[in-house]
Amino acid sequence: MNLHEYQAKAVMARFGLPILKGKLCYTPKEVQAAADNIGTSVCVIKAQVHAGGRGKGGGVKLAKSSEEAKSHAEKILGMHLITPQTDKKGKLVRKVYVEAGCDIAKEFYLSFLVDRANACISLVASPEGGMDIEEVAAHHPEKILTLRINPKVGIQLFECTIVGFFLGLDLESIKKLSKVLVSCYSMFMSKDLSLLEINPLVLTKQGDFVILDAKCTIDNNALFRHPDLRELNDYDEEDERELKASRLGLSYIALDGNIGCMVNGAGLAMATMDIIKSYGETPANFLDVGGGATRERVTEAFKIILSDPKVQAILVNIFGGIMRCDVIATGVVEAAKELAVKVPLVVRLQGTNVDLGKKILSESGLKIISVSTMDEAAKKISEAVRKH
Amino acid sequence: MSIIVNKNTKVITQGMTGKTGSFHTRACKEYGTKMVAGVGPGKGGEIFEGIPLFNTVLDAKEATDANTSVIYVPPPFAADAIMEAVSADLDLVVCITEGIPVLDMLKVKAFMEGRKTRLIGPNCPGVITPGECKIGIMPGHIHKPGRIGVVSRSGTLTYEAVFQLTELGIGQSSCIGIGGDPLNGTNFIDCLKLFNEDNDTDAVIMIGEIGGSAEEEAAYWVKANMKKPVVGFIAGSSAPKGRTMGHAGAIVSGSAGTAEGKFEAMEKSGIYTVHSPADLGKKIKEIIEK
Repeated sequence: MNLHEYQAKAVMARFGLPILKGKLCYTPKEVQAAADNIGTSVCVIKAQVHAGGRGKGGGVKLAKSSEEAKSHAEKILGMHLITPQTDKKGKLVRKVYVEAGCDIAKEFYLSFLVDRANACISLVASPEGGMDIEEVAAHHPEKILTLRINPKVGIQLFECTIVGFFLGLDLESIKKLSKVLVSCYSMFMSKDLSLLEINPLVLTKQGDFVILDAKCTIDNNALFRHPDLRELNDYDEEDERELKASRLGLSYIALDGNIGCMVNGAGLAMATMDIIKSYGETPANFLDVGGGATRERVTEAFKIILSDPKVQAILVNIFGGIMRCDVIATGVVEAAKELAVKVPLVVRLQGTNVDLGKKILSESGLKIISVSTMDEAAKKISEAVRKH
Repeated sequence: MSIIVNKNTKVITQGMTGKTGSFHTRACKEYGTKMVAGVGPGKGGEIFEGIPLFNTVLDAKEATDANTSVIYVPPPFAADAIMEAVSADLDLVVCITEGIPVLDMLKVKAFMEGRKTRLIGPNCPGVITPGECKIGIMPGHIHKPGRIGVVSRSGTLTYEAVFQLTELGIGQSSCIGIGGDPLNGTNFIDCLKLFNEDNDTDAVIMIGEIGGSAEEEAAYWVKANMKKPVVGFIAGSSAPKGRTMGHAGAIVSGSAGTAEGKFEAMEKSGIYTVHSPADLGKKIKEIIEK
C-alpha cells in the first residue's frame, strides 16, 4: 500500500522527522487561505497522487503570493496529471498539499529498503538529491553509498557518520543527520514499511535538515497490525476492478491487452500471460483465483474480467491439484451461462478429475474451446480473437 | 537417494487442527509420509485423526523422534511458529503459510543464524520425493519417482513442469518449492548444490520469476560449479513494472528483477532456457536422450 506525500509526512512527524508546515486542500479557495496562513514568503502547491515525477508533469508549482497559489490550484485540481510513472491518461488530481517554502542549500537522496539478497534493511544515500536514482546509479555509481543494517542491532552511530562524510557534511550537520537516519529506521521497522524514499532531503541555508518529498510503501501483509495505516488507503487511487477483486480475495491486475485470463497460482498466471504474448496477443489482466477457488469465486472472477470492455476473448488455465477440474468446469459453465458470455472462451484444464471436467464442458451446450495444454490454449485463443 | 526428504523423514504439523492443516496432513499421510505428531497449544494429550497432539514442538519432537515440521499457521503467528521449530533443533521446517510480513521474516532469518535447521518457504507448496515422502500441498498423484530434480519459486507452475515430465514418462528425484516471498529460507543455490551432489539426479528444472536477483546469483553458481544440465524458465516476461504479480516477491523495481535480465544470466551460464513454459518437459527429454 502506498501513502500520499501528506500522509507519509504526517507519520514522519510522529517519529520526530523534520517536515515543513503544510495543509491538505481540496479547492482553490482553501489553497488561498492555506497560503495566507503558512507564514513563509513562498509556498509550494503539490498534486497528491500516487505517482512519482509530479513536477515534470506540472503537478508541483511555486507561488509567491496567495493569489498566485490560488491560480496554480485552479489549474492543478481536476487535471489529469501525466508523469513518467503514470499511463497516457494520467491521474486525476483530487487534492493538493500546500507546503511552506524553505531556503535550499543542498539536496540529498536517502532511502531505506528491504534488501532481499542479504536479508536486511539497506540504506542508500547519494549527494545527487532530486535526481532519478536509477539514472545516478547508471552514470555515477560512485555517487551512491549502500549500507546494510544489521537486523539484530539496528542502525548504529558509526553508520550515520559514514553516511554523513560520504555526503560531504561537517560534524555539526552529521549530528543532525544521525537523528534523521535513526528516526527513519525506527519508523521503517515499527510501521512495517517496505520502502521509504526521501528525495530530496534538504539541508537549508540555516543549517537544518528538511524532508521535502517522500515516498512511503507499507507491506500489505503487515496491515493487520496497523489499523491506523490501513485507514489511510486512498481507494480513489486504485483501479475499480482491482479493488473489487481484492475484496473478494482474488489477485487481479488490470493490463492493456484484449485477452482476459483466469488462472490458479501466481506463477502459472504470469506464465500464461507470457505464452499469450508469445503468440502475438496481449493479456487484459493478471488474475490468480487462488488454490481454493469455488464455483462462486469463478463466477466473480468472470464478472470482473468481463467488466473490462477491452476483453475480446477469455482464457481459463487451471491446473487442478487440490482443486478438482470437475468443480472448476461446473463453475465455468454456470458463470458462462449466468453472464451470457459472448466472447470466445478457451478452457485448459489439467490435473485431478480432468476427464470429468472436460465432459462437463463438452456437454454444456456452450461454445467452449476445450484444450489440454498451455501451448494449445494460447494458440486457440489467438486464432479465436483474429477470427472474431 | 533424493534430496532433503525421504522415507525416513518424520513430520510434525504445526497448525494441524485448522482447515488447511488437517486437510493436507491427511493427504500427506495417505501418500505415505510419516506424519507423527501435531502441535496445538492447550491441545496436548488429544488425538486428532489418529495423530497425537502436543503443546509445543519440543514436546512433540521428544515424544516421537520427529526431525521435520510443516507449518500451516496463519500469517500473524507463522514467524513465531518457524522460530519455535528452529529452537527445537529440527533438521527441516517447511512453511506453507502465505502472507507473512517481510519484517517478520527478517527476524526469522536473523534468529536462524548459527542454527542447524533448514527452512523451506514460506509461501510455498512444500517438498516431495515421489514415492517416499510428500510434505505440503502439492498433488501427489502427478509425480513419478525418477531422476530429474525440480526447484521453483511458484506452486502451480511447478505442478505444470512435473506434469509434463510425468506425461513424457520421466520421473522426478525431488521437487522443491522455495516460495514466492521476498525473503525465504532455502534458495535456488542451496537446492542446486544438493542436486549436483545427489547420485540419483541427472538433470534439474529451475523455474524462476521476476523480482529480486536470486536467479542471476544461481546462474553464476551454475556456471562455476554445476556438473549436471539445468533447464530454466522465468515467469513474468509480460508483467508491467512496479506491480506485485500475486507473489509478494514478484515485482520489477526500476530496471532490476526483469525476466529479460534473468533469462540472459541463465543463457550466459550455460543453462538451457525455454521461453515457453509448455516446453520444460520436452527440453529435459531432449537433453537426457542426447
